[in-house]
Amino acid sequence: MSPTLISQARPGQVQPRSTGQSPGPAAPDGLPRLLATRPDLAGHLATLGPLPPVGPELMVWAARAGLTGRGGAAFPTHRKLEAVAGRRGPRVTVANGTEGEPMSAKDKTLLLQAPHLVLDGLDAAARTMRAGRRIVCIEKGNPAVYASIRQALAERRDDGIEVALTPRRYVTGQEAALVDLINGGPGRPTLKRPFEKGVGGRPTLLDNVETLAHLGLIARFGPDWYRRVGTTDSPGSALVTVGGATARPGVMEIALGTPLHRILEMAQASRPRGLLIGGYFGRWIPGRAAADLTLDTASLGRYGAGLGCGVIAVIDDDSCAVAELARVAAWYAASSAGQCGACTWGLRDLAAATTAVQAGSPDRGATSDIHRWTAMVKGRGACRLPDGAAAFLESGMAVFSEEIAEHQAGHCRRPDRHLLPAPAPEAWR
Amino acid sequence: MTGRALKLDPIACDGHGICAELLPERIALDDWGYPAVDPRPISGDLLLDAKRAVAFCPALALRLEKVAASLDGRFGVRRRGSA
Repeated sequence: MSPTLISQARPGQVQPRSTGQSPGPAAPDGLPRLLATRPDLAGHLATLGPLPPVGPELMVWAARAGLTGRGGAAFPTHRKLEAVAGRRGPRVTVANGTEGEPMSAKDKTLLLQAPHLVLDGLDAAARTMRAGRRIVCIEKGNPAVYASIRQALAERRDDGIEVALTPRRYVTGQEAALVDLINGGPGRPTLKRPFEKGVGGRPTLLDNVETLAHLGLIARFGPDWYRRVGTTDSPGSALVTVGGATARPGVMEIALGTPLHRILEMAQASRPRGLLIGGYFGRWIPGRAAADLTLDTASLGRYGAGLGCGVIAVIDDDSCAVAELARVAAWYAASSAGQCGACTWGLRDLAAATTAVQAGSPDRGATSDIHRWTAMVKGRGACRLPDGAAAFLESGMAVFSEEIAEHQAGHCRRPDRHLLPAPAPEAWR
Repeated sequence: MTGRALKLDPIACDGHGICAELLPERIALDDWGYPAVDPRPISGDLLLDAKRAVAFCPALALRLEKVAASLDGRFGVRRRGSA
């Protein structure tokens, strides 16, 4: 999906310039933060100032800020930094910009609009852990993003940061798989733990590019500034990609804790029947949840959901949801690395069963198969792909239960609008 | 206090199913013939069967791991890295 870029700055917001007391530009006030800077180095430095010297205290700042990963797992960033910093030998830092979730455009947007902030974050993470080798990973087939990174590196006089292009495969964005790819392998998930044995066998930190961008801001403006936006349990800002039944889809930077309905209004979404929160690796919630749900851990947790990679997809009353479920179920099956039995065969069978539900059959077998198999595949793989498929389908079956009953009775009146894309992964070599 | 628990390598596993025959109390085959392994610690007579299951796996996909008890006396299995 080629991204439509929406950076939402609050109307009338003023960026105060330095009065001379503190050197350099002042910290961003409110929003935007990540999307406040400019792609060129001069513009970036004029907006945010240079990255200050970084030491091990940045790990403490990351902890105080409560920064969590923006790749989907929301793991506390300081714990990853500490884990790698605590290992012996040369360490490696990887910026994961692969963004394998088909509907997500936030990482590409960030690399186009704020490449220097991402690179600052990568440098800051490397310096706080005293790692030497730094690598940025993006998927092939994104020439504008690649050009943006290369241009930014040239402006920084190319201080040794490497760029790795990855194949279009969801599982290759998983940490151990990405390490495997960089090491020359096919990019299948492994059971090795990157913080112990990663790139070149060295302790390796992998962070999503947005996480690193936040780190680049925290290194400048500190953890208390970071917490000025957001909520106590979900501090800071985040990038979200809104799509599906929307007139104005795209990427927005939001304060965590923002009401979902405000985001849907900005994206000019149709009235939602169901909402996918967190992308294909996330969960479906009923459309009425938009009335009271806010985008923070506590509120999302009440629906069993999490922000994940930040994708919010809207299904309205005019679109066949079961067709979307079947399409993504097939995508999941095609995305398997084919290493683990329960995933290889289980996801294939789940896709077939979901397609059978879509095709319409009065026999309840297909739906009971889906319930049985989603439970059966959870936790059974070397990576969390089967868990993602299970959560997506289980929650979808619950939210769209009425429509499923219609399919079983043989009369879904809604067309397949192809709201959820399912690009075929690149073949394994 | 520690115990020993079975740990399966799902990548190495080829679904032979010998383990489930040797230790049906703790291993069951799923709908595709692959083992689902009970993660709880094994003791007593079952431990001997567990060791045989480990030894007889043609893919060397099973092992017995030491599992530490948590403060409340329950056992936790070390998690694999994040996805």
